[in-house]
Order: sequence, then structure tokens, then C-alpha cells
Amino acid sequence: MSMPRLDASTVLLALVLCAGSAFAEAPNLGKPVDPASIAAWDISIHPDGAGLPAGSGTPAEGARIYAAKCATCHGQDGKGGAVSPTPLIGGGPITDISASMKTISNFWPYATTVFDYIRRAMPWQQPMTLTNDEVYALTAYILAANKLIGENDTLSAETLPKVRMPNRDGFIIRFPDLIK
Amino acid sequence: MSQHRRRPRNNQISVEAVAGNGLLDRRALLGRGLAFAGAMTTGATASLAAAAEPLAEPPWSLEPGAAIVPYEVRSRFEKSVARTLGNPNFRPGAQGARTPHHLLNGTITPGGLHFVVSWGGAPDIDPDAHRLLIHGLVKRPLIFTLDTLGRYPMVSRITFLECGGNSAPLFSPEPIQDSVQALHGLASCAEWTGVKLSTLLEETGIDPTAKWFIAEGADAPHLSRSVPLKTTLDDAMVALYQNGERLMPANGYPMRLLLPGFEGNMNVKYLRRIKLVDEPAMGYWESKIYAPLLPNGKAYQFYFLQEVKSFITRPSPGMALKEPGLYEISGIAFSGAGRISKVMISADAGQSWGEAALQEPVLSKSFTRFHMPWRWDRSPATLQSRAWDEAGNVQPTRAQFVAQRGELKKVPPAAAVLNQHCNCITSWTVDEKGEVRHVYA
Repeated sequence: MSMPRLDASTVLLALVLCAGSAFAEAPNLGKPVDPASIAAWDISIHPDGAGLPAGSGTPAEGARIYAAKCATCHGQDGKGGAVSPTPLIGGGPITDISASMKTISNFWPYATTVFDYIRRAMPWQQPMTLTNDEVYALTAYILAANKLIGENDTLSAETLPKVRMPNRDGFIIRFPDLIK
Repeated sequence: MSQHRRRPRNNQISVEAVAGNGLLDRRALLGRGLAFAGAMTTGATASLAAAAEPLAEPPWSLEPGAAIVPYEVRSRFEKSVARTLGNPNFRPGAQGARTPHHLLNGTITPGGLHFVVSWGGAPDIDPDAHRLLIHGLVKRPLIFTLDTLGRYPMVSRITFLECGGNSAPLFSPEPIQDSVQALHGLASCAEWTGVKLSTLLEETGIDPTAKWFIAEGADAPHLSRSVPLKTTLDDAMVALYQNGERLMPANGYPMRLLLPGFEGNMNVKYLRRIKLVDEPAMGYWESKIYAPLLPNGKAYQFYFLQEVKSFITRPSPGMALKEPGLYEISGIAFSGAGRISKVMISADAGQSWGEAALQEPVLSKSFTRFHMPWRWDRSPATLQSRAWDEAGNVQPTRAQFVAQRGELKKVPPAAAVLNQHCNCITSWTVDEKGEVRHVYA
């Protein structure tokens, strides 16, 4: 290791030395936060259903919301539109490495991701404006149209994590050492 | 090479060829009076034989210049040095802005030219109202403001950032004829300054069951990534400054996560929430977008690492060598696994190689500029660079890369970013007219 090379630890060491003992411990300026405040921001959802909120929705309810709030960009019946050409519904076998082949039904490993992404990011112009019931309903509409749940099924925190996605086992962890 | 110097011919030193097609020993670069001749790009054509024009006082030397402004912008002559935009009309969807490597030098990317991939536009964040929440598997969930973070010990780190989709045009079945900016412009390098995440986690405490953390932004899509805790804790930073000033708005103002060596998308901008968890959330970006398909129909998950890569920025497509003579081949190498240990250059499509000079300092997970003297005699040449890192990783040839990762069936748009983690060798041909083109070799 030659001398001119700097790295973060070198710089930190220099800062600590310059400051004497002042930085020997952190200034402890983080403010405690109550659970209600955390809940207002914590929208993380996990494949096992952790984080899913109360509420429910059906494919039929979702179809109405989709027509009103989603079809403009994603096309009628989720077939893809001018703004967002990748279909939300359908998708045949993957025959190419092109990312455009990836769809919910042939690629997404977890159904919870559909709920999570709709809630945090959609509609694109007005994210976080849908109610939890509406997000469940839209998720139900998309999963039913992809024949991953029944037309009359209801999605909720209990049922959504149980939906088995077809490509669940289609992945190879690239660098296992990095996630140990 | 817009700058060129004329030297008397007798100042030239003889330099030893180290590889085919005119590659010269890199020691010729070490200030021994080597003459670099020839004008590339749009600069005025100069010839060793032509006498200089008579010198006279130019108009700007005959009157006072402009008043100095509080925040300086570039010379009006430099306006063409700009990022290219993948979605200039900001239609709903991702936007990309690519760094013009062929018009820059050194290793630090200016803030206004740093690449951007944005999934929801740059939010207009009031820094005083911004909050960073750290919670989940911690002993004490805490909220930090920009003001309070400013009182913590800070570190600075020069590091590259690269979009997972940088170099995606090389998945094309035919070489896309475009600039190095179009092919490799989603990578940049800056000095980032901020508070180490480990410093803040010392204050919150870490529950021993925490294995990952979820980082989330305050932008419209609430962009979120799951990050392995153990392998990033030494390096991870909540970055507050970019090249000495506050972050650029599209690079995460007022704070972003910095994970040196990891896929750009994981360096979450507008960072507002870190949640320590035991398992990854498997959100949209990690489970769908940044999971590249393989030829067998499977896909890589948790790619994370930006592997060793290099490309030649001068000469590069769009430039033309106007006359035979001595040129400097120059480019950028970097690796998410550590320092660059070696860059080799070929001018004959990989038949022979010579070692390039690495410009100091050679920093871990940072752009490293390389140089190689080259005498071009109008013979057709195919220029390649190949990098090694200190962990022993070597940049694959394109044939090796395609054998493992496949290639697209159709030529994609040059702005496409959705095939990821291509780090193969890039080849430029120089024809007898001096024109530079992208080829597969």
C-alpha cells in the first residue's frame, strides 16, 4: 500500500486527531420519535406480509379504480399504453434477455411487491393518494387478470402474502458473500 | 485532444514501442519532453510544419473583464459540454442524464455534469423541513435534521457512482454508433462528504437480529432499496456534500445514501428513512428492475457490485484524428471491488497489449485515469482498454461477456438502461481517415 492513497478511515482518523477528544463520541443529537410518527412514514412491506396495513379489496373494485386512475398510462385492460408500454397483465415465456420481457406474471417473485409499488409510487402524478382498500383492490384486479388469484377472491394482509408467484424460484443470487 | 503543443522536432525523444500498431512505452509520458502533435475533434488544425500566426493583443486584453459574480458559471464557450438526456420532455417514467466523458478530463465529475437516473423527477426539498428517520431493529429510533447532522464528525470519500444500467448499449447485437457519453455516461466520480452511517447507528443502537436495512427517499416514487448491513457498514455514508458543496438537486439534495462500489440505484437520494430489518423487502427496484435476465431464463438477484470496467475517452467516437503523429490514448477505469491495479491497452484488437500509466492518486472504488502514448501513422487501428482490480478481477472481453450473459436479439435504443451490469471491453476503430467508430472486436 503506497502512501498517497487515501481512504475514508484515513480521513476520519485525521479528523479525529485534529479535533482531539471532541469527536471521541457522537454528539447525540438524534431526537427520540414516537411510534405514531414512525407509522406515518413506515410503508415498508415484506414478502411474508409484514407491514401490510388493514383493509381489503376485490378484483371487481380494482377494475373500476384501474379504469379511472391507471388506464390512461397503462392502457385499457392492462395491456400497456403509450406512456407505459410494458403490460401489467399477460406476458409469455421469457425467450430473450431483454428487460422488456419482464412482467408481473412471468417475472415478479412476490405478490406483496405489487401492493408495495402501487402504494408508494402510483398514480405517477399523485403517489400516496390511494386508500389502502384501493391499493388492495388494484392489486387484486392485476393478480386476477393474470390468473394468479380467482375473480372473486378478496385480498388483505392475510391473503396477499399467500399468493404464490410463478417465477418465485427464477433467481440466482449474484454474489452470496455480499448478503451474508 | 483539443490542446496540442508544438515543440521543435529535436526536442522529441525516441520512445520504445511496447505493442503493435504504434503503442509506445508509458514512461514516455513522464515529462521527458515528448511532443504531442495532431489536433483531434473540432480544434484548429495544426501541423508541425506550419508556422504560428503572428502574435497580437486580443480584444479581451485591451479592456477590463467582467465583474466577478457570487456563484460562477462556466465560460459561454463551454456550453456544449453538457449531459445528454434520455427523456428530455419528462414523460412519466425514468429520466437519464449522461456524463460527457469525452469532453472532460481528470477524475472528478463536476456537480452539474454528474450522471442522473431519476424515477420521479428531482423533488424541491426544503432542507430545514427534511428529516431522516432511523428505526426498525434498533434500540432507540431517532430523527435527525440536516442541521444536527452538520454537528457530527464527517468523512470525505472520492468514489465513483455507476448506474446498474450503464453500458447497456453493449448488449446490442450490433455495435451502436454513438459517443462514449451514450455508451458509458451513466457513471461519474465525485468527492462526497457526510456522516458515516455507522456513527448514526452507534447512537440508535443495532439489534443483533438486524441483517439488512431499507433505505427510502423523499421523492415521489418513495424509491426504496434493501441493503445488506454487514458488508456495507464500513463504507456507508449519509452524504451531505458533493465536491465540497451541498448535493445537486438531482443527486439527492439535501442528503443521500452513499454505498461506494454498489449499484447506483442503491445510493438512495433524498434519503429520509432507514429501517433496520432481518430480511430484504423485495421491492420493485430490487426484485424487478435491477434483476438482470440471463440466457437460460433465470435472473440475477442482488447483483449490487459494480464490477471492474474501463473505457477509452480519447480518442472516442465523434472525434477524428486529423493527421498522423503522436497522440495520447486516455480513459477511465474503476472497480467496485477496490483499487485499479493495472490497465492494458491494445491498438490491434487485442493481439498485443501494452501497460498504460495510471494517474495518481489511485483510490479504491474511484475513477482512475489512464494514459498511453500512441503513434498513429494512418494505419487502421482497433483501440481497447482492459482493467484489473486489486481483488484480481479482470474486465472480460465482449465475447467472454456475451457467452455468460447473452446479448439482445434486437438493437435497443441507445438510451435504454434496463439491461444491467455490462462491464466488457469496449473497442474503437480508427480508420485511415482518422475517424473513430464503435465496433465489436
